[in-house]
Amino acid sequence: MSLASHFSYWVTIFLMVAGLFIVIARGNLIKKLVGLAIFQTSVYLLYIAPGKLIGGTAPILAEEFKVYSSPLPHVLILTAIVVGVATLALGLALVVRIRETYGSIEEDEILAADLADGETEAGR
Amino acid sequence: MSLAPHLPALQVVLPLLTAPAAVLLRSGGAAFLLVTAAAWGAFAISLGLWQQTAGGEVISYAIGNWPPPWGIELRVDRLSAFVLVLVAGMAAVVLPYCRQSIEREIPRDQHYLFYAMFALCLTGLLGITITGDAFNIFVFLEISSLATYVLIALGRDRRALVAAYQYLIVGTIGATFIVIGIGLLYLTTGTLNLADIGTRLPQVSGERPVLAALAFLTVGICLKLALFPLHQWLPNAYTFAPSAVTAFLAATATKVSVYVLLRFYFSVFGESLVFDRLPLPGIMLLLSLAAMFVASAVAAFQDDLKRLLAYSSVAQIGYITLGLSFDSQSGLTATIVHLFNHGLTKGALFMLAGCLVAVAGGSGLARLAGIGRAMPVTAFGIVLGGLSLIGVPGTVGFVSKWYLVLAALEKGQWWLVMAIVGSSLLAVVYVWRFVEIAWFREPPAGLPADRRLPLSLQAPAWLLVAATVYFGLDASFTVGSAAAAAEQLLGMTR
Repeated sequence: MSLASHFSYWVTIFLMVAGLFIVIARGNLIKKLVGLAIFQTSVYLLYIAPGKLIGGTAPILAEEFKVYSSPLPHVLILTAIVVGVATLALGLALVVRIRETYGSIEEDEILAADLADGETEAGR
Repeated sequence: MSLAPHLPALQVVLPLLTAPAAVLLRSGGAAFLLVTAAAWGAFAISLGLWQQTAGGEVISYAIGNWPPPWGIELRVDRLSAFVLVLVAGMAAVVLPYCRQSIEREIPRDQHYLFYAMFALCLTGLLGITITGDAFNIFVFLEISSLATYVLIALGRDRRALVAAYQYLIVGTIGATFIVIGIGLLYLTTGTLNLADIGTRLPQVSGERPVLAALAFLTVGICLKLALFPLHQWLPNAYTFAPSAVTAFLAATATKVSVYVLLRFYFSVFGESLVFDRLPLPGIMLLLSLAAMFVASAVAAFQDDLKRLLAYSSVAQIGYITLGLSFDSQSGLTATIVHLFNHGLTKGALFMLAGCLVAVAGGSGLARLAGIGRAMPVTAFGIVLGGLSLIGVPGTVGFVSKWYLVLAALEKGQWWLVMAIVGSSLLAVVYVWRFVEIAWFREPPAGLPADRRLPLSLQAPAWLLVAATVYFGLDASFTVGSAAAAAEQLLGMTR
């Protein structure tokens, strides 16, 4: 139980926290999505790293292979990657539309524009 | 070959197949007919499943004949059948309403895409409810969520885009938290089947990963179900989404998340870990009370009818989780009953609000001044729904609150009864605000002279209003199913 033996977990947690921090701290809509992608990627590591056994092979039914790594996490994460790609694509598409209608991708400028919208509406 | 044993698979596959078919058809009318037929088919299937599980049997369906826990299992018990009936039933009622509603709100060349997204959203919600596999929950959750983000972004106000973006960020964080929790459970138990995790967890030696998994899952699911203070995405999403989308989401999406929470708490972690050894009931109670009071108070200050109803939803979710925090069979019954009843009420309210929007051109309360005199029938329906939010006898809201109060009394918590009644008084305030604006103000000059609404807008909305009154008078279906589901859920861990 040393720091080094938990190396993959340290990397995972660092990416997780860094990604989440970027989502919260950045006002730029694209940067938020980048943070979100990093956050999701850290979860891929969380699943895949423990599935690897040192010296383990793919599950091949043959005499000379005794130690297998579990292939299931990889399959699960393949699905999660597809979900992540779809989320990122949809997020970017929304940002394109937001840029077209608001002329900005900065959160505070968009909120200011919304506030102005709300005031004119209330005045009607 | 008989179809009856394959009902669980068909429940998900039927709406799933209509989504690509709707895209290929490239015609709004044909896609509408197809998806509506699939939704009614799904509703019939869900009723069939409800009937099969009513006696307490649990239907287990092995996809591709791979037996659980190796293959993905579809699992229907009383609780999931009850939620399936709600979700499929709401889709079947909302879809006929969609046709005229999106005609006014969405460009016609996008209609077939709207129906494809609606079918995907329905598929995801049904899938979450029916699956017995933890990772499958995440996949279906993302299917429904991605479809939901698109549906919200279709709103005609440009703020719908920002609302959809914000929901995408928050929803993805929630889903990722859920998948982290599921991953930790998988690492400790080596299985993804929910029932299998449940049986293996007590033998796990190290407890810390299990507690971390519980924490991640709780926060992630509570983000999706908009428990106060994690509700920030909800008001904007509900306000700016097309009316039909709001009606469907308000009635189903958060309710399915509540179902996932119940499933993880009672079927996986077990009641003793969640409620006896952790301070979770106390936290849940506090957040529920905060939701009931703060969100109701905020609702009273809104200038937009849909936003007012959205904050009211946050408050009503507080009642749902309040029943959960009691950790008793009667409390759980109240939770499940209110999950159904609130779905009916909010579906009706948002559909009627959509009718007003169709005439007045917007949901701002300033635009709706005097609408009660211009459109007395529709506005009266909103008041009926509002009475159900307050909990007046004769509406479903009363049934829910009655069981909540009974559960509180069973615990000997008199002050909680006062809290439930007190927060209902706040509901009186925001419902009265609508009444005051709709009847005691002069109608604005700009209201169109032709205020007749097509039958397909009115009939589904009034069907739900009738249901809120009917199930308020005869609660044997709702309370009977909920009590039986609560009994089965608690029996799983004892």
